[in-house]
Amino acid sequence: MKHEVNSKEVVFLTALHWVTVSPFLLAILIPIIYKYTKRIHTGWFVLPLPLILFIFLISNLPDISNGDVMHYSMPWVPSLGINFDVYLDGLSMLFALLITGIGTLVILYSIYYLSKNSEKLNQFYVYILMFMGAMLGVVMSDNLIVLYVFWEVTSVSSSLLISYWYQREKSIQGALKSMYITVFGGLSMLGGFSLIYVMAGSFSIREIIANVDLVTTSSLFVPAMLLILLGAFTKSAQFPFHIWLPDAMEAPTPVSAYLHSATMVKAGIYLIARLTPVFGGSPEWFWIVSVAGLVTLLWGSVSAVRQKDLKSILAFSTISQLGLIVTLLGIGSAAIYFDGVPDELYYTAIMAAVFHLINHATFKGSLFMTAGIIDHETGTRDIRKLGGLMTIMPITFTISLVGLLSMAGIPPFNGFLSKELFFTGTLNVMNYEMIDLSTWGIIFPVVAVIASIFTFLYCAILFFKTFTGKFKPENYDVKVHEAPVGMLISPAILGALVIIFGLFPNILSYTIIHPVMTSILPNITEQIEVNFSLWHGFNTELFMTFIVIAVGALLYVLMKKWSQTQFYLNERDPFNNLYDHGYNGLIKGSQAITRVQMTGLLRDYFVYMYTFIILLAGYTMFRSDAFAVDTVNVSEISPYMWALSVVFILATLAVPFINNRITVIVVVGVIGFMMALFFVQFRATDLALTQLLIESVQVVLFMLVFMHLPKLKKEVFKPGFSLVNMGISIAVGAFVTIMALSAFAMGSEAGFDTIAEYFIANSKELAGGYNIVNVVLVDFRGLDTLLEILVLAIAALGVVSLIKLRFTGREDV
Amino acid sequence: MKQLKTNNVMLHTLVRIVSFVVLAFSIYLFFAGHNNPGGGFIGGLMTAAAFVLLYLSFNMKTLKKALPFNFDLLIGGGLLIAFLTGVTSMLFGFPFLTQFFEYVQIPFMGEVELTTALPFDLGVYLVVLGAALTIILTIAEDDK
Repeated sequence: MKHEVNSKEVVFLTALHWVTVSPFLLAILIPIIYKYTKRIHTGWFVLPLPLILFIFLISNLPDISNGDVMHYSMPWVPSLGINFDVYLDGLSMLFALLITGIGTLVILYSIYYLSKNSEKLNQFYVYILMFMGAMLGVVMSDNLIVLYVFWEVTSVSSSLLISYWYQREKSIQGALKSMYITVFGGLSMLGGFSLIYVMAGSFSIREIIANVDLVTTSSLFVPAMLLILLGAFTKSAQFPFHIWLPDAMEAPTPVSAYLHSATMVKAGIYLIARLTPVFGGSPEWFWIVSVAGLVTLLWGSVSAVRQKDLKSILAFSTISQLGLIVTLLGIGSAAIYFDGVPDELYYTAIMAAVFHLINHATFKGSLFMTAGIIDHETGTRDIRKLGGLMTIMPITFTISLVGLLSMAGIPPFNGFLSKELFFTGTLNVMNYEMIDLSTWGIIFPVVAVIASIFTFLYCAILFFKTFTGKFKPENYDVKVHEAPVGMLISPAILGALVIIFGLFPNILSYTIIHPVMTSILPNITEQIEVNFSLWHGFNTELFMTFIVIAVGALLYVLMKKWSQTQFYLNERDPFNNLYDHGYNGLIKGSQAITRVQMTGLLRDYFVYMYTFIILLAGYTMFRSDAFAVDTVNVSEISPYMWALSVVFILATLAVPFINNRITVIVVVGVIGFMMALFFVQFRATDLALTQLLIESVQVVLFMLVFMHLPKLKKEVFKPGFSLVNMGISIAVGAFVTIMALSAFAMGSEAGFDTIAEYFIANSKELAGGYNIVNVVLVDFRGLDTLLEILVLAIAALGVVSLIKLRFTGREDV
Repeated sequence: MKQLKTNNVMLHTLVRIVSFVVLAFSIYLFFAGHNNPGGGFIGGLMTAAAFVLLYLSFNMKTLKKALPFNFDLLIGGGLLIAFLTGVTSMLFGFPFLTQFFEYVQIPFMGEVELTTALPFDLGVYLVVLGAALTIILTIAEDDK
């Protein structure tokens, strides 16, 4: 098999770049399209894009299957090593296909799910497209920083979609929760990426993998790994960060099917898989990833049983299934730990992970869509109200049945195959030659079986509570009937895939699963054999499946007994309390911190700023021993200047001792005019003119605000307070003076030309003006001026809003 | 200040003349900027000072009648002009805010220097004028 890399430096965007960029471009156009085509559902304009992208990607699949890799680089911030590199190998291809494929189906589904008359479709499709582009960016970026940016965009768009029905209190809460948790993880991930850069000297994933020794031998290896895993675990809803996912179910069902089961929550899995070649060889990675996954698997499946809402069951089920995939990735990383031993013992787990990833996307996608259909047609998702829908919604029933059987791990559907492989993977752990694994390794298969029993149980609950039993029309506000055909197409396609992948699993093996494993385990690809079959003979795995079905069925039969226990009645995840306390604490804490420093007194803010500046700059000057006074190159001071200085100093000294406001204004005016005279003396006409104008305008301003100002009264302070303030004032003056003197001394000592020399020499030549001040303003430092007038405009806005939009004191700020 | 009802004839007459002198001078300052003291910032402040002078001796109503437009529009317009001047150079492949100048012979006026810095400075002028007037007049109109 060949492994050539089509690596090219390009200036313009390539077709592969367009794959990630085009959804964003369409997102910009959507509001315009929406505005002018009210009569056609906006979704029809969105639908072609993911379809085209899917076709484009799948047309490149044969190359990827052959082991080729597409890679294009485009400089973005080359000075920082940040390039917009797109990279398409097996792993990226699998995710890109999922994103565009499921994306197409979800958008088709959403056209029938969201009414064009009552929903804000423009917003919905803008967010969805934003997400699609960002998600494609995540899986196709080779550069970690670019990946991070896209990663955060997916978090943001996910939150926006959760809060799509923002009139509902719960939507807002769910959006906030997902935002806090995933962005917290994203930021720590950024920290981890930075550490990787420190170790490997590159942000490019390919280069990092090529120089993996730099990373593995570094002392920063474990911190970087932990930070990155934090990002992956929060995104993929791993225990104990899983609590955001059930609350994310407040989003419209197409979103739940797309973001919160098929694609976005798998970004963490993508990251773990992508970085397995970097971190996978360490025991820490093996333990953290596999144990986190195992706990999530168990916790999710047990919690799912307690839920009464269709989508909540599916949400916890998703958490559990994600845990399953993460466990398998953790177990499979041992293949790198044992340094490329081409042993089926190790890589089977990775194979199972990839296969289950595909299977989960198919059956969970279809289940979410059917749950959405039930919600849409009956108006409720509560399993205590539902029942007997089998005859009323026969197509929905069939699709759900296929999905649920697959999820429960029953042959001949694809979920059975990957669950068998999962059992094989966990059984293999017992044979790993790692410390104590021969004894402790038994935990893996035992937990796997327990979790699978609960998986079987909640599948049974979903099925029997919804479709069997007696149909009670009084439970519904609307007349219940089967969904329109358009709504059934997408789940039907996914359901068909469940069957096809179950009966003919080997159409996937060398087209996509083998290339993906090449990406995850780059060193041992040659020996990997990917082959699935439905029948393995009577082995331990089959025996485990029998236990799962038997015990699961028994538990369902006994449901009447345990459904009265607290376990079932209280469905709230206990970790939500932790989050609630943390959230309240965070708000209280930041309020307390704000109250301490934001006193509302200008005086205090000056104290903070000046103290900080003096300490920082003073320390810097002290460190670099920069204090110097040059007495040689000093010019004469004329008597006129002496006089000016004396008046200047006397006026300044007088200000703190005056108790009359008018007098203060006049004296400050004197200081200003003295300043203007200094400028005149130094022949800086522009500055003098400006200073004079400012002084005049300032006088008018003072007059205007005069009647608003409170009476100037003698305030009584503790002596210490005044002393500290005096100390700070004197320090500021001394500091500025010393800095100016030292700067002058340093300049003349080192023989530097001042920057003025350059302006004098070039102002006419380069900018065609004789007035250097003006040329500097408009030309040499034009950007500064542009931003300064921006500041001025903001200041004007600030004054206007302060005065016109004045608070009366009762508002909630 | 609004309650000031005294009919100060001396002040009114004087301000009528002086404000025009100040205005004319401010426009001169604006154009002189590239080669002599002046420029958008000073010009804008001077113009604002002239208007404020009008406001002080007459009242808001008279000022609004003399200048029947919204001052906050000047801020946005000025920012836009300055920014677009910067963008224009990008259209020709130069970095943002590259300024150009050319000497042109115009009949009866002789050699005249045309620069792209002038529209940029006009932006500065408008923002300074708009901001100064907005701030002063907002405070002045506030009677709470």
